[in-house]
Amino acid sequence: MHSHSEPGLSRRDLLVAGAATVAGSAATGPAHAQDAVNTSSMDTVPRAPVHAPVRFTVNGREHALELDTRTSLLDALREHLHLTGTKKGCDHGQCGACTVMVDGVRINSCLTLAVMHEGADVTTIEGLGTPDRLHAMQAAFVKHDGYQCGYCTPGQICSAVAVLDEIKAGIPSHVTADIMATPEFSVDEVRERMSGNICRCGAYSNIIEAITEVAGRAA
Amino acid sequence: MKFDTPATTNPIDQMKVVGQPLDRIDGPLKTTGTAPYAYERHDVAAAPAYGYVIGSAVPKGRITGMDVSAAQHAPGVLAVVTAENAGPLDKGKYNTAKLLGGPEIEHYHQAVALVVAESFEQARAAAALVKIDYAAEPGRFDLHAARVAAFPPEENDITGPPETHVGDFAGAFAQAPVTLDETYTTPDHSHAMMEPHATLAAWEGDRLTVWTSNQMIAWANGDLAKTLRMPKEKVRVVSPFIGGGFGGKLFLRADVVLAALGARAAGRPVKVALQRPLIANNTTHRPATIQRIRIGATREGVITAIGHESWSGDLEGGGPETAVNQTRLLYAGANRMTAMRLAVLDLPEGNAMRAPGEAPGMMALEIAMDEMAEKLGIDPIEFRIRNDTQVDPEKPERPFSARAFAECLRLGAERFGWDARNSRPGQRREGKWLIGIGMAAAFRNNLLMKSGARVRLDGEGRVTVETDMTDIGTGSYTIIGQTAAEMMGVPIEKVTVRLGDSTYPVSAGSGGQFGANNATAGVYATCVKLREEVTQRLGFNSEDAVFADGHVRAGNRAVLLGAAAAEGDIVAEDAIEYGDLDERYQQSTFGGHFVEAAVDAYTGETRIRRMLAVCAAGRILNPKSARSQVIGAMTMGAGAALMEELAVDTRRGFFVNHDLAGYEVPVHADIPHQEVIFLDETDPLSSPMKAKGVGELGICGVGAAVANAVYNATGVRVRDYPITLDKYLDRLPDAA
Repeated sequence: MHSHSEPGLSRRDLLVAGAATVAGSAATGPAHAQDAVNTSSMDTVPRAPVHAPVRFTVNGREHALELDTRTSLLDALREHLHLTGTKKGCDHGQCGACTVMVDGVRINSCLTLAVMHEGADVTTIEGLGTPDRLHAMQAAFVKHDGYQCGYCTPGQICSAVAVLDEIKAGIPSHVTADIMATPEFSVDEVRERMSGNICRCGAYSNIIEAITEVAGRAA
Repeated sequence: MKFDTPATTNPIDQMKVVGQPLDRIDGPLKTTGTAPYAYERHDVAAAPAYGYVIGSAVPKGRITGMDVSAAQHAPGVLAVVTAENAGPLDKGKYNTAKLLGGPEIEHYHQAVALVVAESFEQARAAAALVKIDYAAEPGRFDLHAARVAAFPPEENDITGPPETHVGDFAGAFAQAPVTLDETYTTPDHSHAMMEPHATLAAWEGDRLTVWTSNQMIAWANGDLAKTLRMPKEKVRVVSPFIGGGFGGKLFLRADVVLAALGARAAGRPVKVALQRPLIANNTTHRPATIQRIRIGATREGVITAIGHESWSGDLEGGGPETAVNQTRLLYAGANRMTAMRLAVLDLPEGNAMRAPGEAPGMMALEIAMDEMAEKLGIDPIEFRIRNDTQVDPEKPERPFSARAFAECLRLGAERFGWDARNSRPGQRREGKWLIGIGMAAAFRNNLLMKSGARVRLDGEGRVTVETDMTDIGTGSYTIIGQTAAEMMGVPIEKVTVRLGDSTYPVSAGSGGQFGANNATAGVYATCVKLREEVTQRLGFNSEDAVFADGHVRAGNRAVLLGAAAAEGDIVAEDAIEYGDLDERYQQSTFGGHFVEAAVDAYTGETRIRRMLAVCAAGRILNPKSARSQVIGAMTMGAGAALMEELAVDTRRGFFVNHDLAGYEVPVHADIPHQEVIFLDETDPLSSPMKAKGVGELGICGVGAAVANAVYNATGVRVRDYPITLDKYLDRLPDAA
C-alpha cells in the first residue's frame, strides 16, 4: 500500500478534480493519451493526486481504504486488496473480464471508480468459491471445460451467476420475445446476456452447457 | 531419446490415463481466479512500481524532440525510460522491429517510452505529460498498391521455397476443359488474446527475473538476454499461466524489455501491461493476403493443374504469410505451382497467428474448391475425395504417415445431414431466413520438435514433472500429467506438473500445434529413463517390470513405487529428439468442417446455426481438452469468416480499430452449439505418443465452410473476407 498525504477531501476539491479530468479528456480528444503530440497546453503544473477514504464490503469482509480518486474498482480489488481473480483485459468496458457483482448486480469493475462505492457490497470470483469448495457454477465450468486460458473465466462465471438471477428476477433482454412477460430460461437468452463477456479461446459452446446445467435444464 | 523408427507397443497404449477425458488439473485454480498471471504476482515481489507505455503517434519517421521533464516531476514518478537513456540495446533474433523505438520509428504505436510511477494512475497521468515531436516520413501502407513491387521472399525453414513447380502447370491449365481462375483476399487479423502482454521484472544485482506471459520460454529467455546484452544464464523467465497467445506471445515483446529497463531505472521491481489500445499496433498480427488460385480439371473432376499464388506484406526484413503451403500437399494433380510474393509495408510487424499460412490459405483454397465443384457439377465432397492422395503430390515416393481425409469427409457428411443440402444455392427458405450448408477440408501439418523434461520421484511415490513447456489454454498441464501418470503407473492425483520456467528443461513450447505431441513425448522419454533408474534400484529386470497401481511388478514380486526413492528422490532428465521420419513421411492432420448458415433475406444478417468438425489427428491425448481446442479454433475461424478485420488507414499507416470494441471477435451470441468428432487413429510415425496436433487444425478451412454455407444460402459468392453484409446485400435474392 502507498502512503497518502491527503487524508481528507472537501466537496470543493472533488469538483475541481472533476473539472480537471474533463479538461484533460477534451484536450486529448478521442485519440489516445499516448499519442502525445502537442499536449503542452494543459496540465503543465502536475497536481498531487487526490485521495479519498472509502469503505465497502468485499466477499463479506469490510475494507476501509484511502484511495487515489482515479482508482477504478478493478484496480482497487487487484492492486490494493490483492484480489487478482478479477481480470483486466481491456480496462475500457469492452471485454467483460472484470465483471463483479456490486449489490447483487453485475458490472464492469474497470468502468467505475472505487470511491463511488461507499457502503457497497461487492462479490468477486473469490467470494463464490475456492479450489476446495467450488461454487456450482465453477464446478460446472470445470466439468464442461468452459474455459481454456482461464483469463476471461472469472468474469464469465460472475456474469453467468448474475444472468440466472436476472432471468429469475424477470428482467428482459434484447431477445426476449415479449418484454411484458416473464422471461424464460433458454440458450438464446443466455447467449444474448453473456455476450458482453468475450472468450477469445472460444469456449462459448461449453460455457453455455455449464450454465444450462446449473440452471437445472438438460444441456 | 532419439525417435527414428516407428513406435511399437509402449506403456502409453494402455490408455488408462492418457486418452481419457479428464477434467483439467488446473481447472479449480482457473475457475476460482487463483491461477496467478504475470501482472498479479504479489507473491513474488512486494510493492512493485507501475509502468505505462507510450506508443509512437506516427508510423514512420524520427523523433525530433522529446520533453519528459513535466512527466519526471509529476507526482509519484520514479523514472521515464526512453531509447536515449536506456543504454545500448540489441534486437531479438525473433523480432523484426525494435521493441523500444527512437529516434527512428518503424511502425505506429512502437513503444517509445515507459513512465514508471508509484501507482498506475500516476504513471498514466504522467505519460500524458510527455511531449514528443516527430518528423513523419511517407510510408507504404496499402498491400494492393505495394503488390506490384513485391518480390520472392528469402527461403528458410519456416517460409519454405518462394516458388514450387511440378510438371507443366501453364500448359495443363491451358488445356484443361474446366478451369477456375479467381482471386481471394483476407485482411489483417489481430490475436486479441484476453490477457494483455504483461510482465513483472525484478533485478537482484546483475540477475534479472521476469514473470511474464509467453508461449516460448527459451525464445523469450534468449531474446531478452540478447536485447539487454546479458548472458542468458543471468536471465530467468517465468510464465506458468498465459491468458491466451494464439501466436501473439511467441516472441519477446515490449512489455518484457520495458519492465526490465524500468526496474533497472527505478531500482525496484516494475510491472507493465500493454494497454489494450496499444496491442494491435504495438505487437504482431496476421498479415493480409491477396491470393490467386487456378485449378484445371477434366470433366470427370480430376485435377490436372493447380496453382496458388499469394501476396502479403511486412516490415523490411520480415517474412511472408505462407498462404500457399497447404496447396502443395492437400490435393492430387500432376501439374502444380505455388508462389509467394512479399511486399515491404510500414505497417506494424506481421507474424504468426494461429495456423500461420494454412488459416488464410485454406480460407481461399477451400472456396476455390467449392466453386470448382459447382462448375463441374460434382458434389463438393465427392470432388475433394476424387482428388485425394496418399502420397506427397510433389514427391510421390513420400507417403503420408496417416491420411484419413476421405473418412473425415464421409463421416461428417453423414452426421451433418449433407444429403439434405440443395446443390442449387438460394433455394431453401425458413421464414425470413435463407438457409445454406457448406463444407471445407481441414488440413494442418504436424511438426516434430525436440522437447525436454525433468521428472522426479519421491519416497511417497509422488511424481513431479518440470519442463519449460507452457499451457496457453491448450491443456498442457493435464496431458503432461496424464503422460507421467500412465508411464509411472500412478493416478494423476499423484503427479505434480510445473511448467513455464526457464530453469526447467527446454521444451517444444506452444505454437504451430506442435506442443502437445512433442512436449508429452519429451515427458515420455524422461519417464522411460526414470523407470530404468527405478527398476535398477529395486533390483528388477527393467524389461519385465510393470508400473501400475502405484507399484512396480515383475514376476510375483511387487514393490511400492515410492520405495525406489526411499533413500532420496530419483531425478531423470531427458528429451525426445527426432530422426528423419518427418522427411521420409509427410505428417499432417486432416478433417472436414461442416456449417449451416442462415442469412436474413431482408437485412443480409448472417447467423451460424450449426457447426461440425471431424478430425483425424493421431491419438487424442485428452478428448475433453482436445475438443475444446477444436471448438475454440472453429470460433476464431468463424470470426475470420464473418467479422474480423484490422482496418488499415492507408494514409496514416495504422490499424484503426485497435481495441476490443473496434476489432470485432465472436461473442456468445455468434456461436451455436459445436460438434467435434475425432477419428480413432494412432500415428506411430509421429512420436511414441502416436499423437499429432489439433489446436490449429480446427481453424484451417472453417472460414471457407462458413463462406460456402453463405453462398449456398444466398447464391452470392464473396471472395473478400470478412463476409460482411455490405458485400452482398444488393445481390441477395428477391426477398418477397
